[in-house]
Amino acid sequence: MDEASLAGPRERALAEAPVRVVSARVGLGRRLANLWSRRELLWGLVFSDIRIKYKNSALGIFWSMLSPAFTLAVYYMVFSLFLKNGIPNFVVYLFAGLVVWNMFLTAVSTATGVIVDRAALVKKVSFPREILALSNVGAAIVYFVVQVVVLVVFLLVLRHAPAWGYLWLLPVSFLALAAFSAALSVVMSAVNVYFRDMKHLIEVVLQLWFWLTPVVYSYENSIAPHLAAHGLSVLYFLNPVTLIVVTFQRVFYVTPVVHSTVTGQVLNILPTWSFDRFLLLNLALLALSLVAFLVAEAVFGRLEGNFESEL
Amino acid sequence: MTTVIEVHGVSKQFKIHHERHQSLKERLLHPRAGSTELFNALREVSFDVGAGETVGIVGHNGSGKSTLLKCICGVLKPSAGQIRLRGSLAALLELGAGFQPELSGRDNVYLYGAMLGLSRRTVDAVFDEIVEFSEIAPFIDTQVKFYSSGMYVRLAFAVAVNVDPDILVVDEVLAVGDERFQAKCVDRIQRFQREGRTILLVTHNADQVRALCDRAIVLDGGDLVADGPTNESLRVFRERLLDEAAEHDPERLLGTIQIESVTTPSGSFEVRNGAGIHLDVMVSSQGAFSGNFVVEVFTRGGLLVSRSDAQGAPVNLAPGANRVAVDLPALPLLDGVYDVNLGVVDALGHTVVAWREGAASLQVIYDGREGGIVALGAAVTQL
Repeated sequence: MDEASLAGPRERALAEAPVRVVSARVGLGRRLANLWSRRELLWGLVFSDIRIKYKNSALGIFWSMLSPAFTLAVYYMVFSLFLKNGIPNFVVYLFAGLVVWNMFLTAVSTATGVIVDRAALVKKVSFPREILALSNVGAAIVYFVVQVVVLVVFLLVLRHAPAWGYLWLLPVSFLALAAFSAALSVVMSAVNVYFRDMKHLIEVVLQLWFWLTPVVYSYENSIAPHLAAHGLSVLYFLNPVTLIVVTFQRVFYVTPVVHSTVTGQVLNILPTWSFDRFLLLNLALLALSLVAFLVAEAVFGRLEGNFESEL
Repeated sequence: MTTVIEVHGVSKQFKIHHERHQSLKERLLHPRAGSTELFNALREVSFDVGAGETVGIVGHNGSGKSTLLKCICGVLKPSAGQIRLRGSLAALLELGAGFQPELSGRDNVYLYGAMLGLSRRTVDAVFDEIVEFSEIAPFIDTQVKFYSSGMYVRLAFAVAVNVDPDILVVDEVLAVGDERFQAKCVDRIQRFQREGRTILLVTHNADQVRALCDRAIVLDGGDLVADGPTNESLRVFRERLLDEAAEHDPERLLGTIQIESVTTPSGSFEVRNGAGIHLDVMVSSQGAFSGNFVVEVFTRGGLLVSRSDAQGAPVNLAPGANRVAVDLPALPLLDGVYDVNLGVVDALGHTVVAWREGAASLQVIYDGREGGIVALGAAVTQL
């Protein structure tokens, strides 16, 4: 008998098992492969994140709707009733932008501190560390889906039809949002290990970012004319969240041009782009976001080598 | 034999921050302050482990053994070199590190399983076994934060050993739980050995290594200093410990006392049929010293037959040459070679001041046909 047949089934299986390599530098391809092979852990962490967050609260996951609903109500009162911006059906416009912004905000703000918060785990258990940041993005996506469902119900109640022809923009736009949020979350979670201020800094930056994104106001109406006068329109769209917000508003709010409820004047609320232009821009953003995610993975790989001496 | 772990020139450096400046303000204010020093935790360590081997990694604190283990598990990345692994690996590093206190035991089993790389379906299949092994069935749906530390660790251990790993990495965790649970853990590890799994055991408990491992690797200050059969490696380990102790010896006693030679009146180390043996030990001392004599007897397989009480044999050494008689009145041992280690410890039995590993090898000849180590001479009479 030859040696192979003498060995037990375990040893024979082992001889064919793939070899895993632990070394100082891990190539990007292998990083992504590792990430994919541990996707079940990602689902597990997303699930447990959500479970833990609402474990001891009476209303549970309803909080993920209540708190945005409250924000929505406040902005609606301030901009529509007190400041009288004159945008008809302003609450729909607001809601469409807020679901996008909330997802981005939740993902980035929770992911930034996650590696430091779970240092005990990072130092003891082996798994691709960026999964921790991605699990926060995953949880943010779940809340996003819940809010979109509420938005749809809201539209049904208001009998406000979305722009059916533009509906297909949503998946593309959503994927771009997810990829961009993931990229930023992964990088920030690693940077925060070295600069613990990042967690506080990012909160300030996100507040500023919110006002640079046309959620509670209309870009076309308030900012576009000024920028266009200097030929700087493109500047505003350097903020990737803007395009996604505008796309969601275009799909849910529908009409780019309305009559002010206050003065009766014509208001340009949204860009009057064609479906193709929207699609092209969103596809480009998706591609850029995916590249950003790859860069984020590479940066994370560089930074994670020294985690243990910083945590 | 298939090689399952290949460690190839692995080095690991840590940055030691003398003053930590982790906030942005501090970094801006002190761009150069907070000097860092590089610390070599591992230096070009290489070895292979074949399928089915049980290898002990020993070393005193700070020798780099835990760092090495973490590199193998992938918790740390080596600064240089690489490690190639074949087959699945489960690590018992710090038990329960992955537990979420807010979740129930059940949820944690699934989450911890996922961290160890198991799919939900795999965990489903062994879930009952895990609960049974951990002995916490009535509390499995209770939040883990209400568990006692023993329950916590038992559940974590139960998950890790039920994951069917090809390679099991164990780091000093066999000291958990009560004695009965410890026995259960050792039992499980022995079952893994029989099943042909590869086990890496890190500990500074030499007895545990002797009991479980065929081979041991000794690390000292980040260098691999020995890799071979358990007995030989442990000899190196003990000598290193002694060297180390000499450096930190406040009374400068070490080295002042030497066990020079061991002889017998007849000149032979042969022991027949349970007879005793008398050892004549020459001990040289540079000063007067009162301490205790320690005698250990090991089988060649590394099993401890006996270790004398560290405070039971006081000796008063005078400056110069001393003669100490070690009398082993009866050695009811079965056929084989037994190694005798001799040592001198301080009066409290804490500090070893002189040690001689393998001071004598006893050739034991036993005519009976019993098997094992001890000649009990069981007599059976039908009444």
